[in-house]
Amino acid sequence: MSFNPKHILGIKNLTADEINFILDTAESFKEINTRQIKKVPTLRGKTIINLFYEASTRTRTSFEIAGKRLSADTVNISASGSSVVKGETLEDTAKNIQAMHPDIIVMRHNASGACQYLADRLDCSVVNAGDGMHEHPSQALLDAFTIRQHKGSINGLTVAIIGDITHSRVVRSNIYCLNKLGAKVRLAGPGTMLPTGIEKLGCEVFNNLEDAIRDADVVMMLRIQRERQGTPLIPSVREYARFFGLNGNKMELAKKDAIVMHPGPINRGVELGTAIADGPQNVILNQVENGVAVRMALLYLVAGGEKLNSD
Amino acid sequence: MKILIKSGRVVDPANKIDEKLDILVVDGKVAELAANIDPGGAEVINAAGLIVTPGLVDMHTHLRDPGYEYKEDIVSGTRAAAAGGVTSVACMPNTSPVNDSLAITKYIISKAQEQGSANVFPIGSITKGMGGELLTEMGELKEGGCVGFSDDGLPVKNGEMMRRGLEYANTFGVPIFTHAEDISLVAGGSMNEGPISTELGLKGIPWVAEDAVTARDIMLAELTGAHLHVCHVSTKGSVELVRHGKARGVRVTCEATPHHFMLTDEAIRGYDANFKMNPPLRSQGDVDAVRAGLADGTIDAIATDHAPHHIDEKNVEFAIAMNGVVGLETMLPLTLKLVAEKVLDLSKAIALLTCQPAEILGIDRGTLAVGAVADITLINPNKEWTVEADKLHSKSKNTSFDGRTVRGYAVRTILAGKTVFER
Repeated sequence: MSFNPKHILGIKNLTADEINFILDTAESFKEINTRQIKKVPTLRGKTIINLFYEASTRTRTSFEIAGKRLSADTVNISASGSSVVKGETLEDTAKNIQAMHPDIIVMRHNASGACQYLADRLDCSVVNAGDGMHEHPSQALLDAFTIRQHKGSINGLTVAIIGDITHSRVVRSNIYCLNKLGAKVRLAGPGTMLPTGIEKLGCEVFNNLEDAIRDADVVMMLRIQRERQGTPLIPSVREYARFFGLNGNKMELAKKDAIVMHPGPINRGVELGTAIADGPQNVILNQVENGVAVRMALLYLVAGGEKLNSD
Repeated sequence: MKILIKSGRVVDPANKIDEKLDILVVDGKVAELAANIDPGGAEVINAAGLIVTPGLVDMHTHLRDPGYEYKEDIVSGTRAAAAGGVTSVACMPNTSPVNDSLAITKYIISKAQEQGSANVFPIGSITKGMGGELLTEMGELKEGGCVGFSDDGLPVKNGEMMRRGLEYANTFGVPIFTHAEDISLVAGGSMNEGPISTELGLKGIPWVAEDAVTARDIMLAELTGAHLHVCHVSTKGSVELVRHGKARGVRVTCEATPHHFMLTDEAIRGYDANFKMNPPLRSQGDVDAVRAGLADGTIDAIATDHAPHHIDEKNVEFAIAMNGVVGLETMLPLTLKLVAEKVLDLSKAIALLTCQPAEILGIDRGTLAVGAVADITLINPNKEWTVEADKLHSKSKNTSFDGRTVRGYAVRTILAGKTVFER
């Protein structure tokens, strides 16, 4: 099989075979990250621009390192605020960047659909590093990669995702990805953070954390944004932690060999108790580690994959 | 000056006419309807194979003049109307400045008379500056030509303000047009709330944001005895509330737009802001309810909510794009589609586009009765054509129907006996 998509905008339109192909490709890149000389010439001469409209440490660094280890020239642009605040439209910004002939733009943006918008208007490849509340495909792929690493296969697993489902692009991409790979997805969160019709994407919805994680193979906790405290969504972080935080002995409900995941950054004591965050079941730093390999695979495939060598 | 429109199928629901007739127009008025009128010295227009109706009436448009002429103005907006077979438009007051004064009302009317291609009937604002706090001088505005009052684009948030607006407008015998929306429930949403908004990650607007205010305003109409017209009903619940209101004898009327009976929120999957409007495109169940409301007479008029916006205001991220789409040039074929799909019969469809909105507005249009002003539309109901945004007469090209093949259009639009559009 070969798979060389022009863009990576989301998981929704990928097939299981394509996802597995990406994960297999990532597998082959993983080893590079532990070498003495962590660099291969694969993307030499390619220019990758990381265009980030939202703050990000992990994802931006991960994409940057992924590009650099493949010998691409990577440039980071942090644009603060929306295009409206800046006074330049997203299209104008993107066209100005395109005029410098990048091969790939990796974009994070606060507006859902922003990566699609860019892909519709530019000639270069676009990789979605998170758009609004829509998708975050590289996160779902690195999550799948990590689950596969620990569980061997994703097929037949039960994955519980807990937290602010409404505002999470990670959840949407994960629901698509895990379903395509044969896992069952359960969600839980307070009613104010469960969006209408989410079950139609392929998941079971629970009102309490305990039911969702019972006998689960994977428990994925989402970051709860402290800014949401005092809005109509949650009364307090304290109450949230009590009912929807993974703490105390709650993990005993899950399977004995269950793993705990988190897309980061974690709020210790809020959605994740420190004992669990640092406990033997957590694979959070594996996720970060695998993120580089998965993003190397994405950049490689978008840039042309095997065709790169035959040119 | 005489013209004879010969051999067309005359559909004039106001007078219960649907037959092949000739129409003689003398000095801008309908002089005679009969089979085989002798042309005498009249200019003859052959209407064989065409449908001849009263000029269409669009009771809900935004002409953007004064203040937003870069989107549309009275000249371009009425030209778009004429191209769509529309001879009369009511225009909403959310201009800059707001139409809350006699000066603005008179400006609109005189510019339309001097340079326009359609009759323009201004709707004044309910509250000064649409600020929601002080009533406008509705008596004087009505004398100046306003046919009703609305803060369209914004709801009247305060219940007592709405009540007083209804009572005061009723003093002068004109309706209040409500834009029913609870902004606190909209809460920054940009599309209908449902499985699609969840999938796309766009903040949703729940149906209750519309229905709650529709319910309040119908009850206020019941309380006050005033005439309430509900703009652009888009939800199953709103249609049901109007139906119940009418059954209880409340003086309530309502309109629906072509986009709300043609499209669902599925259309937003590509994040194209030309499918963003307020109220938003809803679910299939809502579309079905709007169609049922048109069929059973709950909905009194088809209106466009023609809302021109510049491409720079639409060619942006969906969540920050402006609300609204143009509609004057596509209303007729989209309504005829309801006839083709047997939702409406032709006479009922034409009534929704002519005499029924005219009656709500209280204007002497929408009829071909002898003596009426000769605003007449000649329609080729079968001609298939493709909507091309670039070719619209409107200054703005923000249509939801670009590239869609439709059937039927106006081949000639006659305003007071004078042809203002022909193709």
